[in-house]
Amino acid sequence: MSNSCYHCGEQIADERIEHDSKEFCCTGCKTVYEILNENDLCKYYDLEATPGINPSLKSASKFDYLRNDQLIDKLIDFKDDSVCLITFLLPQIHCSSCVWLLENLSKLNPNIISSRVNFLRKELKVSFKYKELELYQLAGLLSSIGYEPSINLNDLTEKSKLKLDKGLIIKLGVAGFCFGNIMLISLPEYFGLDFIKESSFARFFGYVNLILSLPVFFYSATDYLKAAWNGLKHKNIVIDIPISLGILVLFARSAYEVLANVGAGYFDSLAGLIFFLLLGKVFQQKTYNILSFERDYKSYFPVATIRIDASGNETSIPVSDVNIGDTILVKNHEIIPVDAVLMEGNATIDNSFITGEFAPVQKVVGDRIYAGGKQLGQAIKLSVVKELSHSYFTQLWNDEAFSEQNVDKLESITNVVSKYFTIIILFIALASGAYWWQYSMATAINSFTAVLIIACPCALALSAPFTFGNALRILGRNKFYIKNASVIEAIASISTVVLDKTGTITQSSKGEVKYLGMELSETNRHHLYSIFRQSSHPLSKIIYSSMQSAALTTIEDYKEVPGSGMEATVDNCTYVIGSEKFVQPNTPNHTLATRVYIRINNKYYGFFQIENKYRARLKQVIETLSSTFNLFLLSGDNDSESTNLRNYFNEKTAFFFNQTPEDKLAFIKSRQEKNEKVLMIGDGLNDSGALKQSEVGISISENVNTFSPACDVIMDATTFDRLPVIFKYCKSSITIIIISFIISFLYNIIGLTIAVQGLLSPIFAAILMPISSITVVVFVTMATNLLAKRSRL
Amino acid sequence: MYQDQFIMSVLFILIIISLLVAAGFLGAFLWSVKSGQYEDSYTPSLRMLFDDEIKRNKKG
Repeated sequence: MSNSCYHCGEQIADERIEHDSKEFCCTGCKTVYEILNENDLCKYYDLEATPGINPSLKSASKFDYLRNDQLIDKLIDFKDDSVCLITFLLPQIHCSSCVWLLENLSKLNPNIISSRVNFLRKELKVSFKYKELELYQLAGLLSSIGYEPSINLNDLTEKSKLKLDKGLIIKLGVAGFCFGNIMLISLPEYFGLDFIKESSFARFFGYVNLILSLPVFFYSATDYLKAAWNGLKHKNIVIDIPISLGILVLFARSAYEVLANVGAGYFDSLAGLIFFLLLGKVFQQKTYNILSFERDYKSYFPVATIRIDASGNETSIPVSDVNIGDTILVKNHEIIPVDAVLMEGNATIDNSFITGEFAPVQKVVGDRIYAGGKQLGQAIKLSVVKELSHSYFTQLWNDEAFSEQNVDKLESITNVVSKYFTIIILFIALASGAYWWQYSMATAINSFTAVLIIACPCALALSAPFTFGNALRILGRNKFYIKNASVIEAIASISTVVLDKTGTITQSSKGEVKYLGMELSETNRHHLYSIFRQSSHPLSKIIYSSMQSAALTTIEDYKEVPGSGMEATVDNCTYVIGSEKFVQPNTPNHTLATRVYIRINNKYYGFFQIENKYRARLKQVIETLSSTFNLFLLSGDNDSESTNLRNYFNEKTAFFFNQTPEDKLAFIKSRQEKNEKVLMIGDGLNDSGALKQSEVGISISENVNTFSPACDVIMDATTFDRLPVIFKYCKSSITIIIISFIISFLYNIIGLTIAVQGLLSPIFAAILMPISSITVVVFVTMATNLLAKRSRL
Repeated sequence: MYQDQFIMSVLFILIIISLLVAAGFLGAFLWSVKSGQYEDSYTPSLRMLFDDEIKRNKKG
């Protein structure tokens, strides 16, 4: 007898379900097996052991809203007379069995024509006959085998998806092709084969090179020329200007030499230069396409909700159509879509996505419930008081911080250096041109152009992309996922660190359970353990998992009072467990802490208090951070934890409590007005504004694949103790870039001394320019790797 | 001397042919990028492990 489920691999705890001589942990898993078995899809279990996903036992009515034609049109990719194409996001995809099953969907339903998985993006593209199989049926079918599509508001608003820039790859391919062929044809020139020069080959080779360089100049190099032109228009000297100057001069002079039959030109240098530059660009663009850094509340909120009209009929409507005064129904594990007042039912709201608070909050009829919380337990009826776009949390997105799109907040080091570089090079070029002018015009032009060619800052332009690109990769290995290379520069420049409290310095998945009160006997503990195990309430689950290794006993009489607690009898002992009002109504404490009270045999014993658990090594992290940065702590909670927090923070750190999301945003702005560069670490929706406003917004998450608000960095919670090392590493990477600049200047000095004498030969340029680039690239890659090893990253 | 040059001039044709062949490969590369072969570089490595089965399915 094995102890794990044949389908999902989970430990079989409660009931053991046997079917077809296989064991399952629940009927859900068994059902999936049956479906697959009937359709001859059991190869699913051969590819990987226990590949299944425990299907959440929900009614298929969850996808009723997919009958709405308006919604369907927004969700699908393409539709013709009979066939419809749609892309689903299936976060459950995790192994090759998943891929196999999902690509064989046509076996489950003949109306599915084909299906294709993108494993890294966890996407499934399905084409199906929509007249025979409706969209809600398809979504239901996927859910029934454990892959519930995740459909949210964001799917309705934008269809553009993250894609690798195809244009850049094509430009690189073209440049590489031309570079290789030009090199091949220039080979006789490199070896100085004299007979070539005399024959008509030299001219022929020259023309072939000229033709090959046309696509490089007019197609592959266009990005640099455009960027330089934009820079000039805005009177802003960027690195693209000296590069473009070099490209233009290279092309013009080479074309002249060939057409006038006076030389071979520098086509090889031109093509090589652009090829290397584009290579650097591709390297810089590499990001984590699995993670999304641009999520806003729309990727979290549901698409539709159930409205109950006056006569009690339930209809599924898009969230955007919900009006003030409507009555809506929210079921177990659904997200409250709008601000509303509780009308009926017991609300247990999990706000962990908003605040990072792990313990759910109880609400009673008449309480206001903010959009974004997740209902746990039975279905509740709510009366809408605000529309989606005006809800408490979504309102934050109206702030101007969200309208600024992708503006670089800092000037990059490369552009700062290139400003001086451009001016100096132009000066040297003009000076040497003027000097030679006295003797001969030809030499003057020769030396002027040679300076611009040899000084073309290819190495300068490659240094930052390769340093940051490599650092990005190394930090990613440490579960610190950075949006793009320029963020590393921003991290290196920060002066202020702002921390959120709940969910950021505390763990959002785990609470610390403490028992306070009269001592419980061993038997009582066993009994409590069994009772908590019985209950599906989230707090019971937390307490249950904190109580270790107590033996299970049979519960004789068990009754759950929704919203209050539970009563049970075990071995003739009666237990009353639950809220203070339920267990101990006479002596109210008015505490804000999360507590579960206990009465045994009509005698009050005490309570379990569930507290936020601070992250491991918090004290050391705080100490290091506060010695280098201005440190602040913002919290949406009250100041009850203040004294406890002082154990971790020294007096220098100011605390701010009762902060609304808007307050947090305003606080960041106020620090920025004092010319501080702010780094914010937060976790929930309520930090979104502050994360967006700060120079660097880091979103910390227990599971990086789940929702995280728009930010610059997504980091795994386990990396928290390495934060100071990571910040230091980012700072050091700037030093590496500066050293690499010095190296490239040394090469430039050698090249320039030859260029000003008017002695620059094509072969010399063709050797020196790639060598300086390669040296710089090799240096920065090795230095970043070595530094990472030293910092144990 | 005259003959040498005559023989060497075959290079003109050879270079042009070699460029055409290379251009063919460039074209193949461009086609592969445009048809989206670089968009998902991971799933095909899983898919190849069970291609026998899929082929049979498609026929049946």
